[in-house]
Amino acid sequence: MIDRDSPVTEDELHAYVDGEVPADRLEAVTAWLAAHPEQAALVAVWRAQGEAIRARYGAVANEPVPDRLKLDQLTRQQRSTGRSWAALAAAAVFALIVGGGAGWMARGASAAAPTGFDAFTSDALDAHKLYVVEVRHPVEVPGDERAHMTQWLSKRLGVDLRIPDLQSIGLKLVGGRLLPGPTGAAAFYMYEGPSGERFTIYCSKAGVPESALHFKEGERFAAFYWVDDKVAFAVSGPADRERLEQVTKSVYEQVDRSGGRKS
Amino acid sequence: MATFGKNVEATIPALRRYARALTRDSDIADDLVQDTLVRALRSEHLFHGGDIRSWLYTILTNLNRNRLRSLARRPALSPLEDNDAPDLAGPEAGGRDIERALATLVEDQRHALLLVVLEGLTYREVAEVQGVPIGTVMSRLARARVQIKSYLDGERPALRRVK
Repeated sequence: MIDRDSPVTEDELHAYVDGEVPADRLEAVTAWLAAHPEQAALVAVWRAQGEAIRARYGAVANEPVPDRLKLDQLTRQQRSTGRSWAALAAAAVFALIVGGGAGWMARGASAAAPTGFDAFTSDALDAHKLYVVEVRHPVEVPGDERAHMTQWLSKRLGVDLRIPDLQSIGLKLVGGRLLPGPTGAAAFYMYEGPSGERFTIYCSKAGVPESALHFKEGERFAAFYWVDDKVAFAVSGPADRERLEQVTKSVYEQVDRSGGRKS
Repeated sequence: MATFGKNVEATIPALRRYARALTRDSDIADDLVQDTLVRALRSEHLFHGGDIRSWLYTILTNLNRNRLRSLARRPALSPLEDNDAPDLAGPEAGGRDIERALATLVEDQRHALLLVVLEGLTYREVAEVQGVPIGTVMSRLARARVQIKSYLDGERPALRRVK
């Protein structure tokens, strides 16, 4: 509808309606419209379309937002419908620990662990190996000071922590300590079973919101680790997968259900 | 989190408006907004700065496209009846007309037009939301306007014309 040689293109007319004409072209477009009533009428029609659309729907933005769209509600819902242990365990990624110490090595596709995760798990395993053999000073704060320890470690990590109670599966809290982690402070708790076997939980803030459950096993030790709600956890213990899975399940359900960790 | 949440929250009324105009049904619209928010909260870690508003419009636009794709597999494509004509009178006639006119648009054109006209996004922002060049946004806009005009002028849309 606009001549090829016309100084103003149809695109420019749309841009004019939408306030997208550059300042240095504005005068040319208005002058051209003044001289071309047909095109001016078209512009008026497009404007009227826009007005009709805004008149029809504009007020929706002034309606009160229904509860189900409120952010705190959605966040809470997301947390409470968080991943179940069964679903998490079913999707667990397994790998072998090769060469003991720092060299966690994943096998195949499981190598695609989030960045920083390897550092986290090797720190966790190092701490586990270092402290489970300690007889006199395995922890800084004894287990009977649970309340104090919870408060202290939560403050140092900047995360509301909950120290799981594993009595029901025969593990007594020995105590805990503060450790350096790959991304800042890490909390470390130790538990002891009836025959002196020790399990540890290592946790710190994570760079990702959540991850799959990973399992790694070496000759003597094994660990489950995952990230949930931006906190990374590693549960380490003797290389007995069944027992470790039982412990991890209990830990997972307590840190997940507590709702005590607010991000 | 605090800033992210606040920025998301501030956009909810506009998202509801956009969704309502897209779906023309307040329940479906709020479902769409809810899905958008859930997805946004879940992928907060994927958001690296930039304009949260555009990002949310992008999520909603994509979810709506998916929704229509799954609807398209069912019959009863359009709420329009074959012989309906623009209303000539009545207090809400204008609103119903524009609603029906919007319903005759191709989805990408409807997205582009509403983002510009109702949501006030710039052409550049719409290009980002739709993942196409600005030229494509402009031609969608132009075709949408021609189509709405011909619908309101009482012409049957070309595809619906029976000859």
